[in-house]
Amino acid sequence: MLEIKNLHVDLEEEEKTILKGVNLTVEAGKVHAIMGPNGSGKSTLSYVLSGRDGYEVTEGSATLEGADILDMDPEERAAAGLFLAFQYPVEIPGVGNMTFMRTALNAQRKARGEEEMSAADFLKLVREKAKTLKIDADMLKRPVNVGFSGGEKKRNEILQMAMLEPKMCILDETDSGLDVDAMKLVSDGVNALRAEGRGFLVITHYQRLLDHIKPDVVHIMADGRIVKTGGPELALEVEHNGYTDILAEVA
Amino acid sequence: MAAPQTKPDVTEARLAAHSLPGGGVWATAAREDALSRVRAMGLPTRRDEYWKFTRPDTLVEADAPEAALFETDETAMFDAVDRLKIVFVDGVFDAEASDDLSLEGVTIERLEEASQTDIHWARDVYGVLETNGQIPVARPLATLNTAMAADGILMHVTGKVSKPVNLVYHHKSTTSDAMLHHVIKLDPGADITILENGPAAARFNKVMEVDVADGAGFHHVRTQGRDHERRAATHIFARLGEESVFKSFTLTANGVLTRNECVIEMTGDNGVAHVAGACVGDGDFHHDDTVFITHDAVNCESRQVFKKVLRNGAVGVFQGKILVKQGAQKTDGYQISQSLLLDGDSEFLAKPELEIYADDVACSHGSTSGAIDEEGLFYLRARGVPKSLATDLLTLAFLAEAVEEIEDEGLREEIVGRLEGWLERRRD
Repeated sequence: MLEIKNLHVDLEEEEKTILKGVNLTVEAGKVHAIMGPNGSGKSTLSYVLSGRDGYEVTEGSATLEGADILDMDPEERAAAGLFLAFQYPVEIPGVGNMTFMRTALNAQRKARGEEEMSAADFLKLVREKAKTLKIDADMLKRPVNVGFSGGEKKRNEILQMAMLEPKMCILDETDSGLDVDAMKLVSDGVNALRAEGRGFLVITHYQRLLDHIKPDVVHIMADGRIVKTGGPELALEVEHNGYTDILAEVA
Repeated sequence: MAAPQTKPDVTEARLAAHSLPGGGVWATAAREDALSRVRAMGLPTRRDEYWKFTRPDTLVEADAPEAALFETDETAMFDAVDRLKIVFVDGVFDAEASDDLSLEGVTIERLEEASQTDIHWARDVYGVLETNGQIPVARPLATLNTAMAADGILMHVTGKVSKPVNLVYHHKSTTSDAMLHHVIKLDPGADITILENGPAAARFNKVMEVDVADGAGFHHVRTQGRDHERRAATHIFARLGEESVFKSFTLTANGVLTRNECVIEMTGDNGVAHVAGACVGDGDFHHDDTVFITHDAVNCESRQVFKKVLRNGAVGVFQGKILVKQGAQKTDGYQISQSLLLDGDSEFLAKPELEIYADDVACSHGSTSGAIDEEGLFYLRARGVPKSLATDLLTLAFLAEAVEEIEDEGLREEIVGRLEGWLERRRD
């Protein structure tokens, strides 16, 4: 599904190298987790993959179902099936949450040469999906993320993911700012989307999210590289011993 | 280099291009008074305090600069609204295109006819509110209008009027220089909605005096056409009684020069005055909103909400003042002026002013200038919204606070639709 090869990335403004040769393949139907200490490059990886400005790819490649995504605009990547759940979802005053989602959904459909969804069908679908995430009508009506609590913002991200039905989902520190109940709600939302043809890359600093979203593969990232890969037990090791031991071991 | 013309020279040169319209006693008295006042104050020059950001030259000079006509196949503004239509072509009343001027709850007359009478209710308002509005800041283009405007509409609103009155201003001559002077007097408890649309002329000077009695409501939505080369100087002078409501919204798209002044005096307790404007300019566009709201009564609320979208060197100006007089306690004053600069060539000049002589008031004002929010733009794009559409969405969101000042949903949607169209035509 998602194939990253020898990816090197510099910060454009500071001429600082953040990613120093990332190799990673996420298969369809699988959940991969990336863990790592602060500053290891986890979030940079998610931004580079989704097409944020300010990063320069100096070497390597990233493909989604064989298509080079690094050459695409962010909206093209989205239409191709890539979704990033933001660590800090952006507030957009003046744009209603529903309008936002409907515009996004129909823009993606249009880009793929599909028919746009009618207002009635959209409304039905969004209400159904919102209900399972405990998102009320008021949250749907309000401007995008404006006045939302941390938990509401993350739930709204998962709602967008459920509406857009991407092929490849990247979750960037989705657990940050969540209490236990909100984490459960968000995880349930993600788990409901786990499917045969869909890949997940879950980026997290802590193991606790992975109690709820059980990964197939766990990667440890440090200093811009994947330094260790293993099964779910690797996450538990981090939980018990922290990163220091693992990093010492691979150094 | 030619010697700079003095203010009296400029004023006399312009006055020579007009002649005082003939009329009955009341109109002649008002016009002669205005003529002597405009002579005394002189027409504006760049050196005047409130003309620093906007060059008055082309609004003042004797001959109006030419303005090419703008062709569009869009449906006419407010076409879907059930309204009474009054049409002017280059400032000249068009009887054939206008509806019959009878409507329940309002008496509608033309200034040209009413000014021939010796006694008329309009004499208590015509030039009177304009004169009141000259202190402390002179507005000589309005005084010129009071002296020289031969036509306009006089409305005496006696009840709640069931449908809007729509003043339509067509521009069909590239050299037209039009002046209109409207007077709207609302009796206690009366209510009317006035719609205005169209570029009006190559150069347009318009005054609207609005006298809102106790408990009356005045609603106003206007658009100023899409002609690129037209020039306009408009003034609204309003006097508000107790528990009255005044709401005015203006959409300006295009126009090489626009100066919209709005002068409101709140004279009765518990009044409400909202003045809002959304303007979108691309290229050779200079738009100036100059607003002056005086609180002279207790517990009144005023709002000034102005949003400007500027690109390719367009210029936006806002000069807004809230004056709270001694004794005007419990005043709630709000003023916001913001610009969205879509490139580095465009410019926004703002002069927000508060002057408060009462101690128990809540007044706030803010003025900002900024670019499209890059974070918001990336978020939209990451969800699949193409950059151009995402930019438009954020632009409309920026304008929303001003547009939401329009109470009527149908009118609001029509304005939003026009803005969407304007943005869509400019997509990369």
